[in-house]
Amino acid sequence: MSFFDFAWQWLSVSGHWSGDNGVPARLIEHVEYTALAMVISVVIALPVGVLIGHTRRGGFTLVSLANIWRSLPTLGLLVLAFIESGGASWAWVIPLVALAIPPIMVTTYEGVLGVDADLKDAAIGMGMTSRQVLFKVEVPVAMPLILLGLRTAAIQVVATATIAAYISLGGFGRYIIDGLATNNYQLVAAGAACVVALALVMQFAFSGLSRVVVSAGLRKQARQS
Amino acid sequence: MHRITLHNFRAVTAVGIAVSLGLTLAACGSSGKSGSGGNPLSGSAAKGSVVVGSANFPEDELLATIYAQALQAKGIKVTTKFNIGSREVYYPEIKKGAVTIIPDYNGALLTGEVDTTSTAATTAEVDAALTAKLPSTLEILTPSAAQDADSVTVTQATAKRDHLTSIADLKPYASKMAIGGPPEFKTRTDGLVGLKKNYGLTFKTFVPTDESGPVTLTDLVNGKVQAADVFTTTPQITTDHLVSLTDPKFNFAAQNIIPLVYKAGMNSKITSTLNAISAALTTNALLQMDTALDVNHASYAQVAAGFLKAMDLG
Repeated sequence: MSFFDFAWQWLSVSGHWSGDNGVPARLIEHVEYTALAMVISVVIALPVGVLIGHTRRGGFTLVSLANIWRSLPTLGLLVLAFIESGGASWAWVIPLVALAIPPIMVTTYEGVLGVDADLKDAAIGMGMTSRQVLFKVEVPVAMPLILLGLRTAAIQVVATATIAAYISLGGFGRYIIDGLATNNYQLVAAGAACVVALALVMQFAFSGLSRVVVSAGLRKQARQS
Repeated sequence: MHRITLHNFRAVTAVGIAVSLGLTLAACGSSGKSGSGGNPLSGSAAKGSVVVGSANFPEDELLATIYAQALQAKGIKVTTKFNIGSREVYYPEIKKGAVTIIPDYNGALLTGEVDTTSTAATTAEVDAALTAKLPSTLEILTPSAAQDADSVTVTQATAKRDHLTSIADLKPYASKMAIGGPPEFKTRTDGLVGLKKNYGLTFKTFVPTDESGPVTLTDLVNGKVQAADVFTTTPQITTDHLVSLTDPKFNFAAQNIIPLVYKAGMNSKITSTLNAISAALTTNALLQMDTALDVNHASYAQVAAGFLKAMDLG
């Protein structure tokens, strides 16, 4: 029996689409975890990445730290945060933010750093201030890479938000952890399928977003190259 | 606020890694053959000596150390094969005599290997079922009173306030209590289902936690749940001042410590030595020893020697 058969067996039962443990309720929880973790990560990682890319100072340290940071075991961090916080129900935020920061920070930094020097020269030659160069040239030109970092982070967070269920919370992880604990593989497959579906939605959302926020000239350039 | 030591941090991280590996490996576990290549356990013990083995967790290794030290003190030649693996791994070894003695838990042995459909619950029932169903090469010796079983555990404060000693005492309070336990506790016959059937208890909510691990204990200590499924020899019962309620109706199957032995390797001296240990061992003594291992970082040999000396068995 295939993964999809298992998932379908559970998902096709109408009773599984309502109530506290139904797919809509778990979806809302999962999106909440993802959204909050992403907002916090962006607020922390984006300014740091932009600043270091713009000033070109501390880039090596940033990339090295980010790479070391990535090796933190997520579940270990979750349990640690949970115990340290005295069992706080927000403990899941810590590992998800820790997971999302490196890709956002590093790609933003690389994006801003990689902006063509001629472009910046031209901007300065036109009389732009450093701040104007940053926000009118560097950030817009780096936007495709910044979005790539955000998308990578968002998809990782969607997939990893399942761990919230490990500390008694909800989200699609509830299906996976409960299913594993009770040998109910239909439930495990259904949970995994929901996560995959949400990750795909996220992927498409970012594709759509890039059409809106990346300037038309850059998009044209990307198509031609 | 729970103060955390470096040791705890390592343990917690290890738990995290272990769990994440477990989640990954659970899927492959069923299809893979258990590795038997280059098995260090092949071949039986030489005549007149015994091989004491243990499962791959601290409490079992401690018990095996106690067995080994006591037998050595009686002049029996002992080879140790500790930390062999889970029951799935060591059971075939003792069945064919590559290991002579392993400390086991009667309920888990029965439902895990010997008769997976058994519903025996009391110590007597479980032992009778084991005696009837064990393969002819194996037998169990006298069970100890010590148990490492599931339990409904509450904080000392709760126990004192509501005068709780037995699960039955929860009757007036359960409807206002949240109970924590591993996710399977919700559907298992000895979980919420059994607590309702045997004691008429319906809890306000069920909070899925972990297997008597950090999540369960933190939630219990911080009052997110008022009762939880905690194994009866969990060191935090001592360190966090918890009370495991008695289970007079045997909702949770007995998990008495028993020596599981390879019949052909036994003689009266070995049997009487092991039975004397079983007679001396209590749940509380085991809990204190587990605490010494886990919290005070004592060695297996130290803790085992201390126990044997105190019981005048060494």
